[in-house]
Amino acid sequence: MDKDEYKKLVKEFTPKENKLNKALIAFLVGGGLSFGGQVIVSILQITFGMELSSAYLWLCVITIFLASFLTALGFFDNLVSKSGCGLIIPTTGFAHSMTSSALDVKKDGLITGLGASFFKLAGSVLLYGIVSSFFLSILGVIIYG
Amino acid sequence: MIYFNAFVLGGLICLIGQLILDNTKLTPGHITSLFTVAGAFLSFLGIYPKLINWGGAGATMMISNFGNLLYQGGYEGFHNEEIIGIASGLLSKVSVAITMAIVFAFVFAIIFKPKD
Repeated sequence: MDKDEYKKLVKEFTPKENKLNKALIAFLVGGGLSFGGQVIVSILQITFGMELSSAYLWLCVITIFLASFLTALGFFDNLVSKSGCGLIIPTTGFAHSMTSSALDVKKDGLITGLGASFFKLAGSVLLYGIVSSFFLSILGVIIYG
Repeated sequence: MIYFNAFVLGGLICLIGQLILDNTKLTPGHITSLFTVAGAFLSFLGIYPKLINWGGAGATMMISNFGNLLYQGGYEGFHNEEIIGIASGLLSKVSVAITMAIVFAFVFAIIFKPKD
């Protein structure tokens, strides 16, 4: 095999491997986060005698707090770019997008900056989530009664 | 074993997202919106509550649960208050996530300085 052939092969395989790596990292990070979350839920249930549903709510608050806090400290952007969807799809991504856009637009003022652009990134989740589930609820009521 | 299930389910959901992100031109904003709508749709089909039963935090920690809770809120709202309940109940279950995300984001944005 000569040099050119080798380079061709490398070119062919590198992006694929990267994609595999990224997918694996997303799986491990997302899975690890869920595993940790489940442990926290059990701890909340045992220590505070919470019901399962409120333990999930507290877990949601804890993840949002940590993601917001780490974003504000400046650690989270780096973590998100490394782990991709492993941190974007869990609730951490929602909190991260809000906090980072809030930090970005702070300099433009409390109303014209923070107020106007607070939902710049998280807004699409709210918009499409609310609109789609509104119509789905109506459909559900019609179908299931 | 709920811990193992949570790991597998949470991992798989993130894996699917990552595969979409890497193989299409969609941005993270598209992915999160897509997963929210997908969560609402799976909830409409009655699948998402089963996922939560099986995988626990692996399903409740994901943004797709946002869509699930929105749908459940709207559907249960109808049974509590008739037709207006769809509107009044829609946001009831996601209130925790929205409220706390707004409060923490605001407070931290005021306290901390952005780093570039």
